[in-house]
Amino acid sequence: MLLSEMKEGQTGIINRVGGKSALRRRVLEMGVLKGSEIYIEKYAPLKDPLELIVKGYHLSLRVEEAAQITVEDVK
Amino acid sequence: MSQKSLTIALAGNPNSGKTTIFNNITGTRQKVGNWPGVTVEKKEGIVSKYGYELKIIDLPGTYSLTPFSIEEIVARDFVLDECPDVVIDIIDASNLERSLYLATQLREIDCKVLFALNMADVARTRGIKIDADKLSELLDLPIVFTIGNKSEGIDELLKKAIELAESDVDTSGKRKVKYNKDIENSISKLRSFIEKNSEISLPYKTRWTIIKLLENDKIVRERVLQKVGDQGRNVIQEVQIHRELLADRFNDDPEIVMTDERYGFIAGILKEVFTTITKQRIDISRNIDLVLTNRFIGFPVFIFFIWAMFQLTFSLGVYPMEWLDTGVNWFSVSLDGLLPDSLLKDLLINGVIAGVGSVIVFLPNILILFFCIALFEDTGYMSRAAFLMDRIMHLIGLHGKSFIPMLMGFGCSVPAIMATRTLESEKDRILTILITPFMSCSAKLPIYIVLTGIFFSAKAGNVIFCIYFAGIIIAILAGRLFRSTLLRGADAPFVMELPPYRVPMVKSLIIHMWDRSKMFLKKMGGVILIGSVVIWTLSAFPRNIQYSRDYIAEINSVRASYNTEIIAANGLDSQHIEKKLDAAIAELEMARKSEMMEKSYMGRIGKILAPVFAPLGIDWRGGVALLTGFVAKEIVVSTMGILYLAEGEGSNTLKNALLSSDMTPLSALAMMVFVLLYLPCIATVATIKQETGSFKWTLFSVTYSTLLAWVAAFCVYQGGKILGL
Ligand SMILES: Nc1nc2c(ncn2[C@@H]2O[C@H](COP(=O)(O)OP(=O)(O)OP(=O)(O)O)[C@@H](O)[C@H]2O)c(=O)[nH]1
Ligand SMILES: [Mg+2]
Repeated sequence: MLLSEMKEGQTGIINRVGGKSALRRRVLEMGVLKGSEIYIEKYAPLKDPLELIVKGYHLSLRVEEAAQITVEDVK
Repeated sequence: MSQKSLTIALAGNPNSGKTTIFNNITGTRQKVGNWPGVTVEKKEGIVSKYGYELKIIDLPGTYSLTPFSIEEIVARDFVLDECPDVVIDIIDASNLERSLYLATQLREIDCKVLFALNMADVARTRGIKIDADKLSELLDLPIVFTIGNKSEGIDELLKKAIELAESDVDTSGKRKVKYNKDIENSISKLRSFIEKNSEISLPYKTRWTIIKLLENDKIVRERVLQKVGDQGRNVIQEVQIHRELLADRFNDDPEIVMTDERYGFIAGILKEVFTTITKQRIDISRNIDLVLTNRFIGFPVFIFFIWAMFQLTFSLGVYPMEWLDTGVNWFSVSLDGLLPDSLLKDLLINGVIAGVGSVIVFLPNILILFFCIALFEDTGYMSRAAFLMDRIMHLIGLHGKSFIPMLMGFGCSVPAIMATRTLESEKDRILTILITPFMSCSAKLPIYIVLTGIFFSAKAGNVIFCIYFAGIIIAILAGRLFRSTLLRGADAPFVMELPPYRVPMVKSLIIHMWDRSKMFLKKMGGVILIGSVVIWTLSAFPRNIQYSRDYIAEINSVRASYNTEIIAANGLDSQHIEKKLDAAIAELEMARKSEMMEKSYMGRIGKILAPVFAPLGIDWRGGVALLTGFVAKEIVVSTMGILYLAEGEGSNTLKNALLSSDMTPLSALAMMVFVLLYLPCIATVATIKQETGSFKWTLFSVTYSTLLAWVAAFCVYQGGKILGL
């Protein structure tokens, strides 16, 4: 499942992070990498960007970028 | 005996409290705020402590040593090139795992590192327990718990830092990330390739350079090519072979694999030192955010905050402003009574007080505005504004983060333009720099208040709000236009940390206001004072003007004829006649002053400008005032004060003087539109030059904004006239 398809309040485990190399590295460096658990806190009022909790802090990403990330074990 | 000096750099993730600790140690007041990317330049401070001269460097925050934006490059370059004696890694203890990522990289460059586990209070309330002894043992480095905003642990931190600097530990032997077999294999092969060749002397430590080259770090690669010369190319070639090998082996880029491995290493450490008591406690910050970024009320609340900021600025600011105004008037009147008529008195009253006094009364309004912006910054709402606005900014091809400089622009354009450094893409930065001056800065506020107060009295607040709003709309439209013409391309991805809300520190808010006041008063005592004197001088000289009429003779003859009338009336109606006499004399005086002003140096300059401003409904005095605004926007009001006041005999307020001039509500509106858009002040222009590094962009920014201002004001004035306003 794509991260961008997850709903508010769902958790999941990151499976793969894709995307262009510079961004991809930054996202990984921020802790969004294979095996990390993430929680979708909310979507912004205009449905973009989204806010997620990873490694205990809040991070916001655009839906476009979240669509490059696949997650598993979504609950 | 001279003290031994040590350099201590404060590095760490954005928003971890580096500047707070820097201020604590050095006693300075660098800007602190609760959003990532407050500090964008390195700042130095020197203190003498424990028998040492300590040079403390506050660095911009960075998530990793592979930088993404320019302020991160500054941080990395400093640590690498200047080799500070000690690097203190300021770690947000409530955010340990991610913070350790940078820490592992700092370890790799073999400098002396020490951890400050800052925000220990936050970590505690979140139920996080960190076994510092164990962590210290595992990583073999000193660790100190600190609470930056309460100065707890700072002394111990410094002592440990000095101790570390003086010890002669061999950092290269310390525990670092060990990568998997294949990567380590490549590293050692590359190492022997480099060591075999004695001609190669790398700019940085060997292992670190190899790692960065394997990670395809462009900046390091270029430095190696530069420094090593021909042999450098061979090294890069060799690295490329290994990169491909590794990419084949892992089916992914080596830098990605290495990031994974670092986090793996961190996970291993965390298992031993980190525990959380997961009693589900209420997270206040999250609850606040549920409201403030709520799907339905998020935007209304946001607009309300902006509206409230301006509302407070005007309605609350009006009272102290009136007190100050009364004070200034009283001062002017008593000075008038005290001093004998002379050129000096003229200079003091019509130059200095008219000029400086007309602006200084706005200090309260400006302070309130800055206070509100500081609240946004300190509570953590700033990043939420970026979060909310990202979608809208994306429409114009910009970034939510661009909204932070724009909001700061309501205060002052200079720091706002500097704040664009956190934007990753160069085009985004230039675009943001080009539109930020349209966010009307606090120095323009006095102009709006004066003009709306006089010409729109009851509707003043709404008119000003519309002006500000027009600024935002024009900024957005201009952004859209540039994005599709001059600065084509997509905006950078939006990846931003949202820090928890924090209660702003009253002390730091007060200090901030105090500093602002000092800055404002300094400006009044400096640029504005000098400017006022210059403008007065230009308008008071030359003294020996060839008048077109002989005013003195005319006045005398008027007096004589009225006198005979009074005598003839024989005391019957003398009061009435005397009044008429005074009026007749005042009229002549005014005509004389007006002619004198027009023939003064200032008037001659004004005459040249007049044709430019006439189509906008602005007379030559207004034109001159706008021109002087290039020095600083406040001076527009000073100049108006001097030029209009000098003429209006008997009307000791700018209000009466302006009302009796040719200015109408429509031309006042045109003037405000012009002020909103036209060329920024000299300090801003210098900042634009510095930040874009390009003379062309600076020139472009200055000309297009001025042209736009003229066209917009023209449309307002002429359009309004057609509509019969
Ligand atoms: N609760 C708590 N807050 C802190 C502590 N230290 C700093 N803060 C707050 O954290 C926020 C960030 O502080 P800064 O000093 O601006 O952080 P910085 O690391 O310089 O940030 P950048 O310049 O953006 O990289 C501010 O709101 C501080 O008041 C602490 O120990 N405890
Ligand atoms: Mg800082």
